[in-house]
Amino acid sequence: MCLAVPGELLSIEGDDPLTREGRVGFAGVVKRVNLAYVPEALVGDYLLVHAGFAIAVIDEAEALRTLAYLEELVEEDE
Amino acid sequence: MKFVDEFRDPAAARAIADAITRIVTRPWTIMEICGGQTHAIVRHGIDRMLPDGVTLLHGPGCPVCVTPPGMIDAAAAISSRSNAIFCSFGDMLRVPGEHGSLLAARGRGADVRMVYSPLDALAIARDNPDREVVFFAIGFETTAPATAMAVLQAEREGLANFSLLVSHVLVPPAMEALLGDPANGVQGFLAAGHVCTVTGYRDYAPIARRFGIPIVVTGFEPLDLLQGIHMCLCQLEEGRAEVENQYSRTVRPEGNAAARAAVERVFRVQAQQWRGMGEIADSGLGLAPDYARFDALRRFPGVVVQPERQSECISGEVLRGVRKPCDCPAFGKACTPEHPLGATMVSSEGACAAYYRYRRPHAAQDAAA
Ligand code: SF4
Repeated sequence: MCLAVPGELLSIEGDDPLTREGRVGFAGVVKRVNLAYVPEALVGDYLLVHAGFAIAVIDEAEALRTLAYLEELVEEDE
Repeated sequence: MKFVDEFRDPAAARAIADAITRIVTRPWTIMEICGGQTHAIVRHGIDRMLPDGVTLLHGPGCPVCVTPPGMIDAAAAISSRSNAIFCSFGDMLRVPGEHGSLLAARGRGADVRMVYSPLDALAIARDNPDREVVFFAIGFETTAPATAMAVLQAEREGLANFSLLVSHVLVPPAMEALLGDPANGVQGFLAAGHVCTVTGYRDYAPIARRFGIPIVVTGFEPLDLLQGIHMCLCQLEEGRAEVENQYSRTVRPEGNAAARAAVERVFRVQAQQWRGMGEIADSGLGLAPDYARFDALRRFPGVVVQPERQSECISGEVLRGVRKPCDCPAFGKACTPEHPLGATMVSSEGACAAYYRYRRPHAAQDAAA
C-alpha cells in the first residue's frame, strides 16, 4: 500500500503549484506524475513516486553514502 | 533500475547477515511496522538469514488490513446507490467487511472502479457531473498527501459531486499503543521509510526516549532492511535507544514540508478504529471543518459505520505482533487468499498472505510454476 518506486523525471509541464506535472520514466514505462510536493525537482532527478505523486527527490550523495557503509560491512566479512 | 538494483545484491545480503551474526550476543525481538517491509522480508527470506534468537515481528503497517470492516460495509452501501461511482485503490476491493467486499458489491451491479491515484477519481468526477463520485481514502501518512491534494483541487474547481470516505491512519500513535500493551515483546522498531519520507522522524524521538527503544527508519530493498536490522541490533547490544535513519536517500529529518502542509490544511487528527485492535486515540485523520462538505458520510446520511464483531480470526493478535500467522488454526485451511477470513490474508502486504505465498511447504514450487 505504501509502495513507492523511484523513477527519472524526464520533463516538467505547467507551473501551477497544485497541478504541476512531470513525465517520469520507470524502467521503460513513462507515467504522468503530480509534482506539487517536490517544487525543487529538476529534469534528470530521480523521484520517489506514490499514488500518482512524487513525494521525494532521491538524494544521490546519500545513496552513495549508504552503499559505502554497506560495502564496509561486506568487506569485514571477507 | 537505478536506486533499486544496487540494494538487491544477494552476495552482499549474505555478507551483511554474517555481520549481524557477529555482533549479536543475546536474543532480540524487532518489529517492522510496514506491510511493504513484511512482504519484502518474507519474500527475500531475510528473517531466515538472521542468527537464531533474532526474531522479526510483523507490525500493523498495512492500511488495507487495518481498515475496519464497518467502513468497508459503508463503502459497499455507498457504491450500491444508483447515482454513485465508488473509486478505490485495487488492494481494497477484495477485503471483506462483515457483509462482503466491494468486489461482491460490483458483482451485484454497483459501479465500483479501481484507481491508481485519488486524482483519477477526481477526473472521473469531472467527466460525470451528474453522478456522485466517492473516493475511498485509506492509507498511512504516505498516502494522505495524495488525498489532500485531490481535495484542494476539487475545492478550487468547485467540483460539487466529489467526496471522500476517509479512513486514514497514523503510525506513531499505533506504535505507542503496541508498546503500552504488556503482551508485546518488541525491543526495537524498524520505522516505515515511506511514511517518514512525508512526516520525517522527529515525532519518533519522544517514543524512543519514553519506552527506551531504538527506532531505525528503514527502506524497502533487501540491503536496506538488513542494514536497518544491523543498526537496530547495534543499538540494542550497546544499550542505546535512539532514532537513526538508514533510508537517508529519501527521508529527511523534517520530512516533506509541502506535503505535510497540505495534510494539515485538509485534515484533523482524531481517534480511529483499527481492525482487530480497537480504537486508538489520535491515530487517524478526518476532514477538517473547512472541508467537511467533502465527507461522503455527510453526503449519504443513511449510511452508518457499524462496530466490528468478534470472530475466530486472530488477525488482531497478528497485527499487534503477539502471534504469527502460522499460529492460527484457520491458516491455509479455512482461510486462504481466495477465501480470506481476515484482512491480513487478503492484502498481499498482510502477514498471513505473505506467509501463505512464501512459507507453506510447497509455496516455492507454486511460485515457480
Ligand atoms: S490465517 Fe486467516 S483467520 Fe487466521 S489470522 Fe490470518 S487472516 Fe485471520
